[in-house]
Amino acid sequence: MNVPSSWRVPLLATGIAAALAYPLLVPNYLVTVGMLVFFTAFIGQSWNIAGGFAGQTSFGHVVFFGTGAYTSTILQVTYGWNPWLAWPVAMAAGGAVGWMIAVLSFRAGLKGSYFALITLAFAEVFRILANSVPFTRGGLGMLIKADPRPENFQFRDPIWIYYLAFVLCAVSILIAWQLTRSRFGARLVAIRENEDAARALGIDVFAEKVKVLTLSGAMCAAGGTFYAQKYLYIDPSIAFGVDKSVEMLLVSMVGGAGTVFGPLIGSVALTGINEGTRWLAGIVPALKNVQPLSLVVYGLMLILIVARLPDGLMGLFRRRPKAVPRA
Amino acid sequence: MPDPAILLAGVLNGLLAGGIYVLVAVGLTLIYGVLHIINFAHGSLLMLAMYAVFYLWRLLGIDPYAALPMVIAGSFAFGFVLYRLLIGRYNHGRDENILLITLGVSIVVDNAALLFFGGDTQTIDVTYAGSFVELGAAFLPLPKIISFAASLLLCLILGLYMAKSDTGKAIRALARERQGARLVGIDVDKLFAVSYGIGIACLGAAACLLMPSYYVTPSSGHAFVLVAFTIVVLGGMGSFVGAAVGGFIIGITESLGGLILGEQLGQIGISLIFILILLLKPTGLFGGAR
Repeated sequence: MNVPSSWRVPLLATGIAAALAYPLLVPNYLVTVGMLVFFTAFIGQSWNIAGGFAGQTSFGHVVFFGTGAYTSTILQVTYGWNPWLAWPVAMAAGGAVGWMIAVLSFRAGLKGSYFALITLAFAEVFRILANSVPFTRGGLGMLIKADPRPENFQFRDPIWIYYLAFVLCAVSILIAWQLTRSRFGARLVAIRENEDAARALGIDVFAEKVKVLTLSGAMCAAGGTFYAQKYLYIDPSIAFGVDKSVEMLLVSMVGGAGTVFGPLIGSVALTGINEGTRWLAGIVPALKNVQPLSLVVYGLMLILIVARLPDGLMGLFRRRPKAVPRA
Repeated sequence: MPDPAILLAGVLNGLLAGGIYVLVAVGLTLIYGVLHIINFAHGSLLMLAMYAVFYLWRLLGIDPYAALPMVIAGSFAFGFVLYRLLIGRYNHGRDENILLITLGVSIVVDNAALLFFGGDTQTIDVTYAGSFVELGAAFLPLPKIISFAASLLLCLILGLYMAKSDTGKAIRALARERQGARLVGIDVDKLFAVSYGIGIACLGAAACLLMPSYYVTPSSGHAFVLVAFTIVVLGGMGSFVGAAVGGFIIGITESLGGLILGEQLGQIGISLIFILILLLKPTGLFGGAR
């Protein structure tokens, strides 16, 4: 972002202070809205690390989300684990699935649209399996027993789950920021911009892509566990449905793929649209169907952004170099 | 393992379904072969055409088969305009961009359908829907047989059109060699839009043939999009013959998968074929080197 560097620290400090004070000042309903903003920004960032920074567009990122959600829920419900302990295992499982998909797809040389489509098919395979095998209880889904104690990863007051989402989001932003200043991140950007050139520079393209999808899968799986603990219920279409994949992709693309704050900006924008359509639906009774209306707006934004604003909303903050006048 | 007679009935039913899949897949493979874009909105546009057929029947009482010429023409026009206004303008740069734009189109179409048509499942009650033809152990619904024959006939007509007509020859030249086509004076941009229009017209025809025996909901597009991509990838992206063979293989796989593995797990066959083909032989059965 081309904010003058002397502003950065005060701007960031104000943002953090506002985020921390926010739930103390608003009703519970808005605390949950805020929680969803940070949670969506977090899973969006997990997509962004692979899709934005490394340019590996995925249409099936939900496969990691669902793996995380089911791993921790099964460990907890079936084997009696504490959910906090199950959380790192869920992340490891998500990382393992990311590693597997990466090794298979990148070994076969899949790129661009083909990689996007194969991730979609993997998510579909996982959805059908979760629907059919006994240990996920099939289409009935899995219910986590409500027992709101912090040591049980359940909170009576929504403020705590809000703060947890805030911390997750902050950590994911730190990871993305680290990518902008590490050699690993630089190699990813090189791969995104031109894979052949990156290989010619001596970058092990395959290894780097496998690494980034493993990291992204583990992060996304952490989001899955968080979601299961918040709603205490998952089923195959929540955990592996295409809607969540699209949501992760949308917040990153709308905010700015490959930027540190893109997913957060995108998440704020999309939540704003959601609440805006809810408000509009209150006034215009014909629009009682809120969810599809806001998705129509998201779809239009995606088209607009791919076509006109490749850097997403973040691109609006950036000073564009002036076009070189033709001689 | 079920009774062989039931398996045979499953194969026949799969063949009938596959016949219509061929039409859907031919549209997708044509768009890919000529424009080199992956039309992720394919399923959603099919769903939209199915609603058009439904409302023509519901509001004007037009039989779905009688609606064929009208819906084909309308779909062609819709595709042509969509290409001219949106897709053609951004058909450049990274190939994921056009995939994302067509994803955006499918999100808009799916949710606009939910908003305007509601989420209910809609079917058409035609008088012949309950007629069956007995063939061995199989009772085959008459509308599926009519649709199967009509679908193959339409594919044949399209194949002849592509082989013999000037427009067809120009499109094939364009698919082979863009720059060369431009140099010999072919209006490239217009033909791109025509090709996209023909691809969507195939969907219009498929919608008319599907509606007498299937149903439509706003999420029907989702159900078809992976099936269509699997057929096209299996046959080889851009290959007409491949789309035809792939359509039948997938129709039978789906039908037998349901019989042997059960309704839920049976759907896995299509996704697995898709993954395995991409991993092991991305050029498909009939595709040349890209």
